[in-house]
Amino acid sequence: MKDILQYTLRIADTSLILAQRLSEWCSKGPTLEEDIALSNISLDLFGQANGLLEYAAKIDQSKSADDFAFKRDERNFYNLQICEQENGHFGDTMVRQFLCDTYFMLFYQQLSSSKDENLAAIANKSIKEVAYHLRHSKNWLIRLGDGTKESNLKVQKSLDKVWKFTGEFFEMDELDHLMLDEKIGVNNTLLKKEWDNIVNQVLSDAKISRPKDSYMMTGSKRGLHTELLGKMLAEMQYLPRAYPNAKW
Amino acid sequence: MQSGSIKTIWELLNNVPDPEIPVISVVELGVIRDVRLINNEFIISVTPTYSGCPAVKTFQDDIHTELITNKITNFKIEVVYKPAWTTDWMNASTKAKLKKYGISPPEKIAQCPQCNSKSIELISEFGATACKALYKCSDCLEPFEHFKCI
Repeated sequence: MKDILQYTLRIADTSLILAQRLSEWCSKGPTLEEDIALSNISLDLFGQANGLLEYAAKIDQSKSADDFAFKRDERNFYNLQICEQENGHFGDTMVRQFLCDTYFMLFYQQLSSSKDENLAAIANKSIKEVAYHLRHSKNWLIRLGDGTKESNLKVQKSLDKVWKFTGEFFEMDELDHLMLDEKIGVNNTLLKKEWDNIVNQVLSDAKISRPKDSYMMTGSKRGLHTELLGKMLAEMQYLPRAYPNAKW
Repeated sequence: MQSGSIKTIWELLNNVPDPEIPVISVVELGVIRDVRLINNEFIISVTPTYSGCPAVKTFQDDIHTELITNKITNFKIEVVYKPAWTTDWMNASTKAKLKKYGISPPEKIAQCPQCNSKSIELISEFGATACKALYKCSDCLEPFEHFKCI
């Protein structure tokens, strides 16, 4: 059960941290509609994370879902590093979102046939939501890339900057292999082909070029992060840590 | 009432309005999946519409209040994820209520709830709640919300 717990936390943390990042757009969106869109996507991801953390709390009954979210330190978070990267400008956020949405779509499609009923059910539900998110981020990427010279230049830079974080989507470590052998987990390596197909097509429609693969960041499966995560957690966890009995 | 019947519970649940769209009940919305009686305790299975919908917590509290007010105390609410909620669970009369309330119901093709025009324009796929998208009617020019098919 400890293995399933760890595996569940990885998926939960990825949604949770991306949700927290997106929530920073609330009230700061470039237009009212986009403000609402980004907040809605954030909410969906928080909801998915909540479902997964509730499941984690069922496995480890000494903790609640809130304990998992608010009382773990940086080294005990297992979200993909791409999720903790800063929002930057709207184009930066949309590029990050598109790369993640494409991954989520493919990952949840596989996870939905997991032997673990809880993970399969949450995956099945998440697919419906991610389909909306992907359509939204894809359309924006094409609009910005195939927009003006300036917007094209900006999203190209966004993509170049974040590319080194895409390697983590397809990593397989010991736990991934174990979960795959038990028909619970996903073979991340096999997601790459379809991810490449979708990404290449959209980048071509957006008239931006795919960066060359070079050094890829790694480490989140072992709790290693960029320096940005600690700062995020300091803000996200402040209230329940400062006022441990606070209710909301 | 220490026991009541499963039918009574369904009737009471049908009095609980959706927190965001009060013209339909949580039963009509399709979020109540099952009511069972196990060891003299009613197990009420609810499912979220969208994973992050803030109304989920509210309607659980509302169900609690409705049952307690009617002196039913032997119940437990459990959240289930499978099968995932779908707008297909809304019947024609529920959809008619939505339309009357000014929300274009979840049909494949959105239609202006005011003038029935099909000449409409998508403003944003994301609306004031997770389940709705924003549209504008090109004939009567009224903006309206469309309940997304999911």
